[in-house]
Amino acid sequence: MLDAPYRYKPGDRVRVAQKPAERHCRTPSYLRGKPGVVMSVTGAYRNPSLLAFHKPGLPVIPLYRVRFRQDDVWEDVTGSPDSVAADIYEHWLLPADGSDTGETSHG
Amino acid sequence: MGDHHHDHDHAHGHDHDHAPIEEVAAAPVEDRILETAIRELLIEKGVISAEDVHRQIDIVDSRNPALGARVVARAWTDPDFKARLIEHPLKTIQDTFGMDMTSPLELVVLENTPEVHNVVVCTLCSCYPRMLLGIPPAWYKAVDYRSRVVREPRAVLAEFGVTLPDAQEVRVSDSTADLRFLVLPARPEGTEGWSEEALAAIVTRDCMIGTGLPDPAVKRDEAA
Repeated sequence: MLDAPYRYKPGDRVRVAQKPAERHCRTPSYLRGKPGVVMSVTGAYRNPSLLAFHKPGLPVIPLYRVRFRQDDVWEDVTGSPDSVAADIYEHWLLPADGSDTGETSHG
Repeated sequence: MGDHHHDHDHAHGHDHDHAPIEEVAAAPVEDRILETAIRELLIEKGVISAEDVHRQIDIVDSRNPALGARVVARAWTDPDFKARLIEHPLKTIQDTFGMDMTSPLELVVLENTPEVHNVVVCTLCSCYPRMLLGIPPAWYKAVDYRSRVVREPRAVLAEFGVTLPDAQEVRVSDSTADLRFLVLPARPEGTEGWSEEALAAIVTRDCMIGTGLPDPAVKRDEAA
């Protein structure tokens, strides 16, 4: 069960935290610090960074499918219609307009 | 490989670049020995049985692109099935085709439209909808594909022979977490009236990864 309500909803503008990777981190480095838009809330899952080391991985963490424009991911790309969609756990996401880097968020 | 004609067993520590073709070769001999040793130890200590191993191999073998192709062909011919497939993919496949689709992972069906063409990758490792399509192709696990398809998707697709309209968004789904992705290609023109078997015959594995498009011209006569 989730401890808290989902923090984001489809359409929300978010930014992936720019912080050091956890072990067995499932947030790809090329998306860290990048802005995106939540496409869907996919549910809540056990923390893979803990599961990989035979821990229960609880409490479960909300997972979101987030769409990133190629223009926002790669500095040398402009005017591309293309995108990347990735599944990002909530403790790696920040509101897009915040100045918080995520260094102090849980997880 | 040019200057690399000498024979050796690749249990080596030298630092030259390996051509991509070598990266997709069979597992290194050390890894195979390690796998055998661990498997035999686990069986000897009663953690798993040899039957468990064989049963699992049978399950993996029973999942292959032909199964995925049947799912796609059904979705093309039965709108009600397609709606249920998109809503509850694994349950719908299990109920319709009788395969046990129990999985800790979720399957998401990405439908290609005139606006969006979907491509699947796992940049972190080799996550793949194995419960449906079986073992991924070697190139899917290679660093080359994994690193380039998110960086220059259209260039990679062109190498697979897929060229898309500029206005169609190429959306690369990176399988980073608990979801696995199946691309539902668009039914091509010129297949009106085809049987489900004939349709399934043009749905290749690459079509369901997004690196291919179904081509009615390759229809096999016997499937028509």
